[in-house]
Amino acid sequence: MADQYDVIVLGSGPGGYVAAIRCAQLGLKTAIVERENLGGICLNWGCIPTKALLRSAEVLHNMKHAAAYGLAADNIRADLEAVVKRSRGVAKQLNQGVTHLMKKNKIAVHMGTGVLKGAGKLEVTSDKGTETLTAKHIIVATGARARDLPFAPADGKRVWTYRHAMVPQELPSKLLVIGSGAIGIEFSSFYNDMGSEVTVVEMMDRIVPVEDADVSAFLEKALVKQGMTIMTGAGVEKIDVTASGVKAAIKGKDGKVVTSDFSHVIVAVGIVPNTENIGLETLGIKAERGIIAIDDYGRTNVPGVWAIGDVTPGPWLAHKASHEGVIAAESIARELGNKEVHPHAMDRRNIPGCTYCHPQVASVGLTEAKAKEAGYTVKAGTFPFIGNGKAIALGEPEGFIKTVFDAKTGELLGAHMVGAEVTELIQGYVVGKTLETTEAELMATVFPHPTLSEMMHESVLAAYGRALHI
Amino acid sequence: MPIEIKMPALSPTMEEGTLAKWLVKVGDKVSSGDIMAEIETDKATMEFEAVDEGTIVAIAVPEGAEGVKVGTVIATLAGDDEAAPAPAPVPKAAAPAPKAEAAPAPVAAPAAPAVVAPRAAGEDRVIASPLAKRMAGQLGVDLGKLSGSGPNGRIVKADVEAAAGGVVTPVAAPAAPAAAPVATAPAAVPDFGIPYEAEKLNNVRKTIARRLTEAKQTIPHIYLTVDVRLDALLKLRGDLNKALEAQGVKLSVNDLVIKALAKALEIVPKCNVSFAGDELRKYSRSDISVAVAAPSGLITPIIVDAGNKTVSQISREMTALAAKAREGKLQPHEYQGGTASLSNLGMYGIKQFDAVINPPQAMIMAVGAGEKRPFVVDDALAVATVMSATGSFDHRAIDGADGAALMQAFKNLIENPLGLVA
Repeated sequence: MADQYDVIVLGSGPGGYVAAIRCAQLGLKTAIVERENLGGICLNWGCIPTKALLRSAEVLHNMKHAAAYGLAADNIRADLEAVVKRSRGVAKQLNQGVTHLMKKNKIAVHMGTGVLKGAGKLEVTSDKGTETLTAKHIIVATGARARDLPFAPADGKRVWTYRHAMVPQELPSKLLVIGSGAIGIEFSSFYNDMGSEVTVVEMMDRIVPVEDADVSAFLEKALVKQGMTIMTGAGVEKIDVTASGVKAAIKGKDGKVVTSDFSHVIVAVGIVPNTENIGLETLGIKAERGIIAIDDYGRTNVPGVWAIGDVTPGPWLAHKASHEGVIAAESIARELGNKEVHPHAMDRRNIPGCTYCHPQVASVGLTEAKAKEAGYTVKAGTFPFIGNGKAIALGEPEGFIKTVFDAKTGELLGAHMVGAEVTELIQGYVVGKTLETTEAELMATVFPHPTLSEMMHESVLAAYGRALHI
Repeated sequence: MPIEIKMPALSPTMEEGTLAKWLVKVGDKVSSGDIMAEIETDKATMEFEAVDEGTIVAIAVPEGAEGVKVGTVIATLAGDDEAAPAPAPVPKAAAPAPKAEAAPAPVAAPAAPAVVAPRAAGEDRVIASPLAKRMAGQLGVDLGKLSGSGPNGRIVKADVEAAAGGVVTPVAAPAAPAAAPVATAPAAVPDFGIPYEAEKLNNVRKTIARRLTEAKQTIPHIYLTVDVRLDALLKLRGDLNKALEAQGVKLSVNDLVIKALAKALEIVPKCNVSFAGDELRKYSRSDISVAVAAPSGLITPIIVDAGNKTVSQISREMTALAAKAREGKLQPHEYQGGTASLSNLGMYGIKQFDAVINPPQAMIMAVGAGEKRPFVVDDALAVATVMSATGSFDHRAIDGADGAALMQAFKNLIENPLGLVA
């Protein structure tokens, strides 16, 4: 029997739906299987709705500081219900957008839970029944979910994951956030701006531990100044849910355990891939602790089965998933005989990361410490927001941009930013890194004035002792 | 409008050059075709012609400036119709000569300059990332020989690293510091207090150093030597020269040896090849690169399709090329290429030597002096004029037996030289 499809994509998050579109663009007969919402976590319960929440928090923050801009605003208050409603509306709009994209690209959408049943065979179960789909290739893009604390499973009432934190019924009066990665810090920032009293507990010795140490230190200072309590080198030992909130036993840096009361807890201690019960074992697909092993193009150890996004080794980011989706789609098209496509291998050195707290954090490549660890002789430059005209005019004079170069070849190894709008700036360095520019091209680039991007230029100049405005 | 005159790319791989000599000065009128400057590339000195008419109003790069990047403005010309402004002073200090410190030099220019170099047209520029270009310079990798793995064949860092023989990015915590590094630049030479005079390397010397190191380190050489009787060839040469005297042609032994090598390569085509990574290039023509000692260093002008040229034609071409080589005036197409090389040190009385292959070629013939030696002829000791010739072969591409077949064919052609003029 002939296969129904060339490709079936299991999961419709930013990895899966982008892979499906690229497959369709390349003329492959494509189906996508989704158990919940088209668009997956990212645009229904992740990246996008949190940005909507954070935008509300930012507007609120600016209104509260209106006087600094010569404006007056009285009686400022946040309507939490309306804020959440707006966020849900944004998610809904984008969800419909993906539905439209599937239709436009003639991708067959099968709603239901998919399980691999053999080579090229996928069983989809929904409340309408069970059907078996067949295809030459299957892309696994089932994503990930929040990791639970074993002693404090999320209940949605007092103990929240990101998902509960996205649709609060009430504003937590005293919030404990466990974990200071991007998710933990973004919710900390949102609730702090909204008026909650926020405590962040991080096991590592600094917050946002994947970022450059200078960025972590700067951000910690800024958040403490905004009123947060930050405990690094600390761990939550125990959580007791009470009628009015939770009692958390927190072991501090000094080793002493202190029990405090909170109204709510957000658990943001990482994610686990959704790779159980999808039939990986049936086909003998290699995975370690649930993370599927792939080559640079998304191939698993089983021919015809591919994996992309959060089920594969990190970083666990939507844009990494989308990019892997495109690479896998093109690789499949090539295997099916299309010699016009030339998929490129995933280059993990050039994947940017963004955290939308206030101030924002953005980075790409190696931190200064990691570059030195890797054996490079490093040239690093830093330029502060206070030296930039646009930052001062915006009333955002806090932050900096740091660049790290290989002293020998001038290769841009990494860039690290903290401050207003840096998530929109980082792509400049990502383009540079992807094109393998050296400091010379970056120095020779004309940056528009007045913009925050001028700091990107100055940071490069600073690495070579040539910064102009400091 | 003043016209900016930029450093031209005189060969596809040229990224920078030395402004050897200005032949015009500020205030001079030039017109299209006038030679304005002499520019030294990695191989030769070339004349740089004007394509526009006008008056030189500024010279931006002084004579002798080294490492001038392609695309750098070297002079400014004012059109004829404008009143020539007061000549600007020559900004000596502004020349982008290499600085002592590690100041980054600007990397190659975006596009081919408007000014056309003599016979440089029609060649593609090398597409490589800025980082790949810089690392290629540092590691002595010739970008012109790489094929890129980036989009549309763009040469990227990884390609240069692969060509340099492995990943160059430092590795964390090297366990064995004793591991010999891949030598790309010699270690600092110790100073024992012996009096010396330091002479800066010219570009030709730098290129020779890089290419010969690369050849000896990467090509497994095998050497095959034959003794060849020259008597018949010398007699033929005498006869031919008498006949050609009226035409002003005087054949040298070397001219005949060039022809013999080219013909031998046609008889044994397995030796007329290049080893190119995952493929073997089998040439259908024998272009012989002939080593010539020039004042700036060794250079190898090429006799194209020597197998199909008459010896008098070869002789005429060789005379002209050797003269140009000695003046450093060879054009890139006159020395770039070739399918095999010939090096002759006979005039110095050298009996026999082993030459280093000139990559990407796969063989070079080293010819010693023709000398009278005791020689066994018909089981009796006699005196004969004999020359020793040693072929160096790239053993990756050429088996010993094929190399031996070439040496045999070469010997036969020289000992029975009528085949060379037939």
